[in-house]
Amino acid sequence: MIGEDDVRYVAKLARLRLEPDEVARMTGELAKILAHIDKMSELDVAAVPPTAHVLDVVNVAREDRPQDGLSRADALRNAPAVSDDCFRVPRMG
Amino acid sequence: MPTLDPVRLTAREAKRLLVDGEISAAELAKVYLDQISAVEAAVRAFILVTADNAAKYSTKVDREMQATRGPLAGLPIAIKDNMVTEGVTTTCASRILSNYMPVYTATAVRQVWEDHVVMLGKTNLDEFAMGSSTENSAYQTTRNPWDLATVPGGSSGGSAAAVAAGETLWALGSDTGGSIRQPAALCGVVGMKPTYGAVSRYGLIAFASSLDQIGPLTRSVYDCALLLQHLVGQDPKDSTSVALPEPVTLPDAERLDGLRVGIPSEYLAAGIEPGVRARFDETIARLEELGGRCTEISLPHTEYALPAYYIIAPAEASANLARFDGVRYGHRCAEPVDLLDMYERTRGEGFGPEVKRRIMIGTYALSAGYYDAYYGRAQRVRTLVRGDFEEAFAGVDLIASPTTPTVAFKAGSRTADPLSMYVCDICTIPVNLAGLPAISIPCGLSDGLPVGFQLIGPAFSENRILQAAHALEGAIGFEPAPTFRDSSAGEQATEPASSGEVAS
Repeated sequence: MIGEDDVRYVAKLARLRLEPDEVARMTGELAKILAHIDKMSELDVAAVPPTAHVLDVVNVAREDRPQDGLSRADALRNAPAVSDDCFRVPRMG
Repeated sequence: MPTLDPVRLTAREAKRLLVDGEISAAELAKVYLDQISAVEAAVRAFILVTADNAAKYSTKVDREMQATRGPLAGLPIAIKDNMVTEGVTTTCASRILSNYMPVYTATAVRQVWEDHVVMLGKTNLDEFAMGSSTENSAYQTTRNPWDLATVPGGSSGGSAAAVAAGETLWALGSDTGGSIRQPAALCGVVGMKPTYGAVSRYGLIAFASSLDQIGPLTRSVYDCALLLQHLVGQDPKDSTSVALPEPVTLPDAERLDGLRVGIPSEYLAAGIEPGVRARFDETIARLEELGGRCTEISLPHTEYALPAYYIIAPAEASANLARFDGVRYGHRCAEPVDLLDMYERTRGEGFGPEVKRRIMIGTYALSAGYYDAYYGRAQRVRTLVRGDFEEAFAGVDLIASPTTPTVAFKAGSRTADPLSMYVCDICTIPVNLAGLPAISIPCGLSDGLPVGFQLIGPAFSENRILQAAHALEGAIGFEPAPTFRDSSAGEQATEPASSGEVAS
């Protein structure tokens, strides 16, 4: 059963700040959703191969031909902060 | 200029009027812009209306493109706001992308632009396409034109409502677990999810990459085929896109002689309300009158599809949405103390409750110790769901079901309980897990609200589906008649407050 500590731990993994009231609400909601999902455990799937993808395509590569990518200006156009033609971010903690 | 009814005009007829010179592209665009002016305050289907561009571009089609017109020249279209459009803001109905101005255009959108369609605007959706009512939009709640107290479905609810309300000739949506077919059903329009890979996903802001697929929302099956013709194609920019084995043809079938149609008993057991069941049974009777042969079939793992989907889709979403971190685009929180603080607060502020829930489920399912129990198991269940369809299609040509268990429900009635919203897609989700094509067409009304009829086919059977749907559509004779009434008028207002951040 998922608890508030699990929710806080997973939120940390997901880089998602949750307010205390969100943690409480999320814990109840996730418990309910996961209980529904646990229906899958009724099935014996040990011998069933997994499906990651429905198409039988492997190693799709286009021709190795040089072509223009995004310009630096376009790549930076939506950046919240730019400095010296680079993305600017706060210091590491 | 002939008098046109924007709610009933098909693209087929509009194209004929344009080609015959009975109407200009500018006049046609104005028909829809006028309808937007008349009803958008009630329907709120659009996050952004590009009225000036539509007027200018349609005039250009008239004046400068007489000799070079593309096959869709002058036909107005609305685009779901999770497809990037160069120079036109794309929000995904999320606060985290409220100021995002794409520097490139999605392949599917580019293809119809190159055919000279006239874009009317970007339509509302559940944030990042996660939802079944369009109530998860950070900007506004779209209403169903058949009853403004009800939802249009979702996540392509803006596109479906815009088509139903006559605010556009047709629209593009995307379907991850039913997000084209379910709102099409609830709004009384045609919606198709093509075979996975048939339409490039390049520039479709990713929700669940192994499930997402772009497709048309239209007022007729013929229009659906016409638009689909211009969406499909292998794209070097999407390694999961594939060329269809045969071109999409415009349907003309009136009979269905010899067509074998399977009706999965599990779908009819899935809490289908009586009015929906009645319309479904009548449509099956019509199908048999047209020469089709219906048999009951079993898709035994149906009840496990929803649980598997709610691991696979959130798992992929949690990975895809990691890119929204406040570094390259979108919202960044104010005054971050360090990098981690910036990531966490930016995402905490930028994502709405449903997106957070799915990121959390997905991260949990992929985390150490739970991967095999959840994600690994869900992938194996997915194989079983695919296998069900493979076995069924050994004996039938198509599978028929109601698109949704219920007609449009009241706004606000399912938002408190996420699971009650998830079960809206019980008949559509297995199709995405198996990567199959499927269409929803309107098959009548229940309590004055549209009912959707779903046809599912094997991979790459788009033409078979379209032919069958076309013949059935003719036999059903559905009349679009959105009333724009509000059945809650006079009751206490249940309107959720708008955030006021509408880009338009």
